[in-house]
Amino acid sequence: MKKRTIVPIVYILFLMLPIYWLVAMSFKTTNEILSGFSLFPQTFTLDNYKTIFTDPSWYWGYINSIAYVSINTVISIAVALPAAYAFSRYRFLGDKQLFFWLLTNRMAPAAVFALPFFQLYSAVELFDTYLAVALAHCLFNIPLSVWILEGFMGGIPKELDETAYVDGYSFPRFFATIFIPSIKAGVGVAAFFCFMFSWVELLLAKTLTAVAAKPIAATMTKTASSAGYELGLLAAAGTLTIIPGAIVIYFVRNYIAKGFAMGRV
Amino acid sequence: MALELRNVTKRVGAIQHIKETSLILEPGHFNVLLGATGSGKTSLIKLMAGLDPMASGSIHMDGQDITRLNTQKRNISLVHQFFVNYPHMTVFDNIASPLKVAGMAASEIQGRVEEAADILQLRPMLNRRPHEMSGGQQQRCALARAIAKESKAVFLDEPLANLDYKLREELRDQLPELFSGRGAVVVYATSEPEEALLLGGKTALMNDGHVTQFGPTAEIYRDPANVQAAQVFSDPPINTALIVKKGTTAQMGVDVAWDLSGDAANLQDGEYTIAVRPHHVLPVATHGCTVRLQGRVQVTELSGSESSAHFDQGHRSSWVSLSSGVHPYEVGEMHDFYMDPTACYFFAADGSRVA
Repeated sequence: MKKRTIVPIVYILFLMLPIYWLVAMSFKTTNEILSGFSLFPQTFTLDNYKTIFTDPSWYWGYINSIAYVSINTVISIAVALPAAYAFSRYRFLGDKQLFFWLLTNRMAPAAVFALPFFQLYSAVELFDTYLAVALAHCLFNIPLSVWILEGFMGGIPKELDETAYVDGYSFPRFFATIFIPSIKAGVGVAAFFCFMFSWVELLLAKTLTAVAAKPIAATMTKTASSAGYELGLLAAAGTLTIIPGAIVIYFVRNYIAKGFAMGRV
Repeated sequence: MALELRNVTKRVGAIQHIKETSLILEPGHFNVLLGATGSGKTSLIKLMAGLDPMASGSIHMDGQDITRLNTQKRNISLVHQFFVNYPHMTVFDNIASPLKVAGMAASEIQGRVEEAADILQLRPMLNRRPHEMSGGQQQRCALARAIAKESKAVFLDEPLANLDYKLREELRDQLPELFSGRGAVVVYATSEPEEALLLGGKTALMNDGHVTQFGPTAEIYRDPANVQAAQVFSDPPINTALIVKKGTTAQMGVDVAWDLSGDAANLQDGEYTIAVRPHHVLPVATHGCTVRLQGRVQVTELSGSESSAHFDQGHRSSWVSLSSGVHPYEVGEMHDFYMDPTACYFFAADGSRVA
């Protein structure tokens, strides 16, 4: 084998190693994991997965996470589309500053916002709802989406807008039937990043929920502390957490390359 | 039926993009807007299309004031220099889109799209998407959309500028035929004098945000009203020089002089600017070309059927000679050129034509 094929293979092996380890652990019993080193599960078991799919405190974690992540993605894209259009097509006082200011929202750690959000949502009785987490994540996802979408929209010439108006399209109709389809790659990339961020974010999601909207990541951390070390169960939960992300990545893989090429991702 | 601009102006901030302009554009022939890049052709088209706000003035279509009418309601078509089509739609849907928006019946849309596609030879490509076609086909698709719509006014903003030479010639020959008999006001912006002459119709010369002259194309070419008009409508650029008129003689510099005749002879004595087209300055003394000039050949160009030479006349600006056939020049040599004195335009100090 040539050197140029060995290097990427080794690289990918190293990348995949922790994921393999996680998947392998999820098929082991906790005793086996704790008893020593084994490359493959010695006593192959599906009990860990069975627990997750039968115990409501586990599978509701997934349902809750998927619910607020979906709500967040929809809100973020719906708000970011018109905002990005304005930034891309109009010049107004302070537009560049505002655009940059949006991005600076991503520079503050989530912990900064945890307390104010908690206090505010408790006061307006949003605490422990899907909407609470979805809205909190908008703080980070809307600026990111605006940034990504603005890049894609900048690649569409203004003449397209003009041609559509001349052809008789009203603005809403043009936006929905011509403009959005023209930047569907950008919408896909932005939605993907909203999904991923919201899916992996733990601090705000944990702070703003108690029981009814508790995310899967929070469920995992609690299990680790209360019932001793249920490592097999945690590994199974971790494996299941990776799957939605992998599915979404599969669908937007080509678009993301485009986004990288534009320097907006 | 006509498109009429009355004292239209446009400004962005303190800059006046279009100075007070009045035009009456009629259907049945091409209305060419001819001017250099940045002279305001596109700005004027955008005003007529209602895409940009006007600072003052009004626009009328068939005697009806459409100044405040939205672009969408003006019943117009626009073809850009860049090939603008809806990227996610097939060619068929692209051509049909204005008709669909207008709520036309599917069967009628089918007929109109097919008719337009036949005229522009797009029939085999109706199911393709714009990015699967060549630039020429993409622009034909944009033209087909304009034709199928059968709007009252069609604006073509340098539609051929981004096409390669062969395609440009082909499409340019088709254009007048495409729009003839459709009753639409056709406005065609271009920076190439040759295109204006080939398309015929009427031409509005644009310079620095206003129309300097408007009339039948051939007439404007023959009778430029001022220096700018003569300059805009000449390719290669028109030759200009200062002369002193005294009695019936014109003196150019110290070395060149000739006898004036016709209108020029009756001018008051004094300084004038003359302009003479490159094809009236020839390397051999023939026909009317009698006034001898001497210059050092700087640049020569051969275009197959024509030869051009830029020659330096020392203290005067360099001139261009354009002659038919292949003429052997050597760069750097002194060469005699002969100007036709009857082909000179005379302009007063303010740029207006006097003879």
